[in-house]
Amino acid sequence: MTADNPYIPYFATIEDNWYETGGDRCIKTFKVVFDDPAVRDSWSHKPGQCAMIGVLGEGESMISISCSPTEGKFLRFSVMKMGKVTQALHKLETGDKITVRGPYGNSFPVDDWQGKKILTIGGGIGQAPLRPIVEYVKANREKYAGLTMIYGARSSGDLCFKGEFDEMSKCDDLSCHLTIDIEEEDWSHNVGFVPQMLLDLNPAPENTVAVTCGPPIMIRFVLENLKKLGFSDEQIYTTLENRMKCGIGKCGRCNAGGMYVCKDGPVFSYAVLKDIPEAFA
Amino acid sequence: MSAMLLNKEKWPEFVKKLTGKNLWAPKLDGEAMRFAPVAEGEEVSLDYGNTRVPPKGATFPQTETMYRFLVGNMEIEEPKMDEELVLLGVRPCDARAMKIIEKLFRWDYDDPYYLKRRELVTLVGLACTEPGLNCFCSSVGGAPDSSEGLDLLIYDLGDRFLLEAVTVKGETLIAETKELLTDSDASAVKAKDKLMADAGAKIRRTVDHDGIPEGLPGLWEDPLWKSVSASCIGCGTCTYLCPTCHCFDIQDEVEGFEGRRCRMWDSCMFEEYTLHTSGHNTRPTRRERTRNRINHKYNYFVDKFDVIACVGCGRCINLCPVNIDIVEILRRVKEAL
Ligand SMILES: Cc1cc2nc3c(=O)[nH]c(=O)nc-3n(C[C@H](O)[C@H](O)[C@H](O)COP(=O)(O)OP(=O)(O)OC[C@H]3O[C@@H](n4cnc5c(N)ncnc54)[C@H](O)[C@@H]3O)c2cc1C
Ligand code: SF4
Ligand code: SF4
Ligand code: FES
Repeated sequence: MTADNPYIPYFATIEDNWYETGGDRCIKTFKVVFDDPAVRDSWSHKPGQCAMIGVLGEGESMISISCSPTEGKFLRFSVMKMGKVTQALHKLETGDKITVRGPYGNSFPVDDWQGKKILTIGGGIGQAPLRPIVEYVKANREKYAGLTMIYGARSSGDLCFKGEFDEMSKCDDLSCHLTIDIEEEDWSHNVGFVPQMLLDLNPAPENTVAVTCGPPIMIRFVLENLKKLGFSDEQIYTTLENRMKCGIGKCGRCNAGGMYVCKDGPVFSYAVLKDIPEAFA
Repeated sequence: MSAMLLNKEKWPEFVKKLTGKNLWAPKLDGEAMRFAPVAEGEEVSLDYGNTRVPPKGATFPQTETMYRFLVGNMEIEEPKMDEELVLLGVRPCDARAMKIIEKLFRWDYDDPYYLKRRELVTLVGLACTEPGLNCFCSSVGGAPDSSEGLDLLIYDLGDRFLLEAVTVKGETLIAETKELLTDSDASAVKAKDKLMADAGAKIRRTVDHDGIPEGLPGLWEDPLWKSVSASCIGCGTCTYLCPTCHCFDIQDEVEGFEGRRCRMWDSCMFEEYTLHTSGHNTRPTRRERTRNRINHKYNYFVDKFDVIACVGCGRCINLCPVNIDIVEILRRVKEAL
């Protein structure tokens, strides 16, 4: 990401890291800081943008920046252990270095949403791109008419960012609704699928923007249910996740119809998305 | 821009002058014609149809080192790119293709590798007098004598060549070989015009793409995609050897402590191209992949860059092992509109 070569990454040091979830496909969050102070100062990203993070010798992966710029001069990435690169990332600890290039893609139009109620509906690792919206709204509460967050996962152990939700319930204009698929002992929140929880909460579409990220099957039913609740296509946003390599619209692989998800996306309003062939492939 | 004549007797000398400049020309490599370096004193014959492998590798190598590093060492070394290159005998369609994909490599982010190589290369074209069986350049904005993307264009007039400079680089080549050249004259221009009119008339295949870019989205679920892709074996030949195909993969290679990150040609006709680690594939069968190939060239690229990303070189038709034919696919598309 030097001025004349967008493929050259910056180096960043892991300042802190922790596991969000366990199991084979565990999710680890890395808090990183750029080594170069000039990059630290000049870097700016918006909620919804991503970065190519990697390990030299292993490769790079596109990962959502899971923090809001309002949180400070660091970046957070929550990475699910999948294949080559994400496994290599999982081996890293505080003090180790990763490569970062970006920020890439468009973003959630949070500025256009000022004055509105924000409804986020997330599932599993899908909360990673939504978290920056939540944090952004929390940091600019006077500018928004409130935030409702619905977040679900298979089990309580599969929910990310758990410690962060408690304070939300203390504020009138913020509400957080957690759900898990299957009943568990000591679970005081909802049990059931995310799309059903959305219907049960029955949020009014007036002056509201709904944003949803999660597994494709969840998104499909959430979209259906948002329509049932009376949300218009323009009020609904989601992100696409296609296989990526370059992140800058060159390597060709991330297209959904005529859209390059790495540049034209990953954020799309449903009004745009519904006309993109392959979007739900 | 100047136009000059080169007597064919002087051709070896002309080539010799260019070999001082890292010259590449079509050569037989096994059974395939491809561009390869020409040694000093080596003969270059322009007596060929088109190379099997397009010259796109001059600006977009099949494998290219993006940067080098030592494992565990946080330093990155970019490769030096400063060697100039002259390609002699580039067909107009292939030069057009380079110009077309340059639009993508300039889109928003400048791709430093492509653009640097483009700057370092001089393209000396050869107008086609005997179009191939499956050429259809004139249907998609090209012509046997299109100069788009070229620096210099050569016409074979029988006993002599006519050289037309297209860019400053071409002008420079003419200046550097001046003592071998004579001024063009009216008879040469007349001969050229006749030659090119004849060449154009020899193109047998045509594509009527009127309405196709706008019409393709409406044919998304059309049964034609299944039938035109039924025999495809997913070998990727049609895309590897296509001069406008520009998709690439990025991989790290490590030997001992020495590592490099490189990019290499990839193909949307491969199953792995869109396969997620989870097993989910957004284009699970050849139907979706073929549909994407045609849409990319005749719809998406047109939408973004206002030009069809197919120059009608015919390679994908000539070389597909199961005879899948893009002209035929486009005819089916047109019919279904
Ligand atoms: C816009 C966007 C945002 C993402 N955000 C996150 C996030 O916040 N956290 C997270 O854990 N994951 C995220 N992913 C998915 C993540 O990029 C893949 O899981 C990761 O690239 C897998 O790489 P790997 O080397 O571990 O797996 P391998 O199987 O070894 O990788 C092979 C290649 O497959 C591709 N690939 C495989 N699966 C995916 C996938 N699901 N999406 C995209 N490319 C894939 C990559 O190009 C990768 O280089 C995101 C993907 C996209 C496109
Ligand atoms: S699609 Fe086929 S005919 Fe068109 S430029 Fe590519 S190889 Fe040539
Ligand atoms: S060359 Fe033919 S068989 Fe091979 S991928 Fe292309 S269409 Fe399929
Ligand atoms: S990731 Fe390369 S074009 Fe989008």
